[in-house]
Amino acid sequence: MTEIFGTFLLSLLVITAVAIVRTKNLFVAVMLMSIASLLIAAVFFLLDAADVALTEAAVGAGISTVLFLGALALTFERERPSATKRALPVIVTVIAALVVIYATFDKPRLGDPEAPVHRHVAPWYLEKTPEYVDIPNVVTAVLGTFRGYDTLGEVFVVFTAGIGVLFLLGYGRVTRSADEETEINVGLRHHLIPRTVGRLLIPFILLFGLYVQFHGEYGPGGGFQAGAIIAASMILYALLEGERHALDVLPQRLLLGLMAGGAILYTGVGILGMLLGGNFLDYSVLSDNPVAGQQLGIILIEAGVGITVTGTLLAIFHAFAARER
Amino acid sequence: MAVFELFNYWVFAILLMIGFYAVIAKPNLIKKLIGLSLFQSAVFLLYISMGRVEGGTAPIFSDNAETALFSNPLPQVLILTAIVVGISTLALGLGIVVRIREEYGSIEENEIAEIDRR
Repeated sequence: MTEIFGTFLLSLLVITAVAIVRTKNLFVAVMLMSIASLLIAAVFFLLDAADVALTEAAVGAGISTVLFLGALALTFERERPSATKRALPVIVTVIAALVVIYATFDKPRLGDPEAPVHRHVAPWYLEKTPEYVDIPNVVTAVLGTFRGYDTLGEVFVVFTAGIGVLFLLGYGRVTRSADEETEINVGLRHHLIPRTVGRLLIPFILLFGLYVQFHGEYGPGGGFQAGAIIAASMILYALLEGERHALDVLPQRLLLGLMAGGAILYTGVGILGMLLGGNFLDYSVLSDNPVAGQQLGIILIEAGVGITVTGTLLAIFHAFAARER
Repeated sequence: MAVFELFNYWVFAILLMIGFYAVIAKPNLIKKLIGLSLFQSAVFLLYISMGRVEGGTAPIFSDNAETALFSNPLPQVLILTAIVVGISTLALGLGIVVRIREEYGSIEENEIAEIDRR
């Protein structure tokens, strides 16, 4: 039954992808992209990847749609019809797709427990997580401690990308006067339905974000997802009440501080481990009991990840939103 | 059934190439970025599909953990971070597109190339 449902979702995904590429209206393409993200998040959930599904739903369907719309507002909504011939790209991609499909016949069937990917290091992580870290969510354990170096790298990639966007588009200072009745000042406040529904939703989205942050060791969740969800609630606030009000709550300088602060917190935990006599990012020395130290370390670095992701996504959003066409 | 055994990988191949087509054939820069996102999603799908174990559940221990069978957590960790890095690089790409429009007044690749030639 699950297979049939998954097949149905994947078929819908392919249809959506074709529609995305074919449409000339970029607004339509971005909206369909959001639907595609939601479909693929559902597929991830069926494939037992709860953490990934949560991330894809928050980031792919939520934040990336907002960023695309922000970019569309600053560029053009329609694609120009082009006269160039498309025969060659079609031939190339069809041949490449056939080659890749031919290669899949050598792959182990879906869900095969004997597949090489399941017989290498994965059983070790599943077996040792209760012993070394003792938290239920193995994904968080691998992310936070076993592969903590990689995650630190990812956090710095996010940070660097945020810095890059701010260099390209500026800090996003709102220069117009506060009395002016522009969209930046009032947002959607005159529209009854978005205002009522949005104001109801924002506290709950924020609460859910905090739950995902602090419950990441026990259930699906963690800093990356929580950062995206919290940023989404603040973006909703900015859309409803206007840019200026959102910047009053979280000024751009504070967002810059959050961007750097999370990365510094993460690195600081690593260096603290060194000062206490362990290796870089070795949390066992943070407490008398190595397992408790690991748990403390994971909570701290997850907080660092969440802070950086929230700060970066919001800073990027404000950079796009404040730029004038 | 045979259809279900490899279907995810076929969808991966098709989705990958639909995204790739948008990147190489569409002159519009935002459309190229949309194509790149589709391409990326296809790769995510490949990894998550490989991590699935038949009859398994999400790799989160519960009280009856002794008997439970779990899907592979490693591909999930890789893809989880890749999604967030993907949105950051997408934002950077969109920022560059916005700056290109401000300088050239166009986001169509052929028009930009023509302005450069002048």
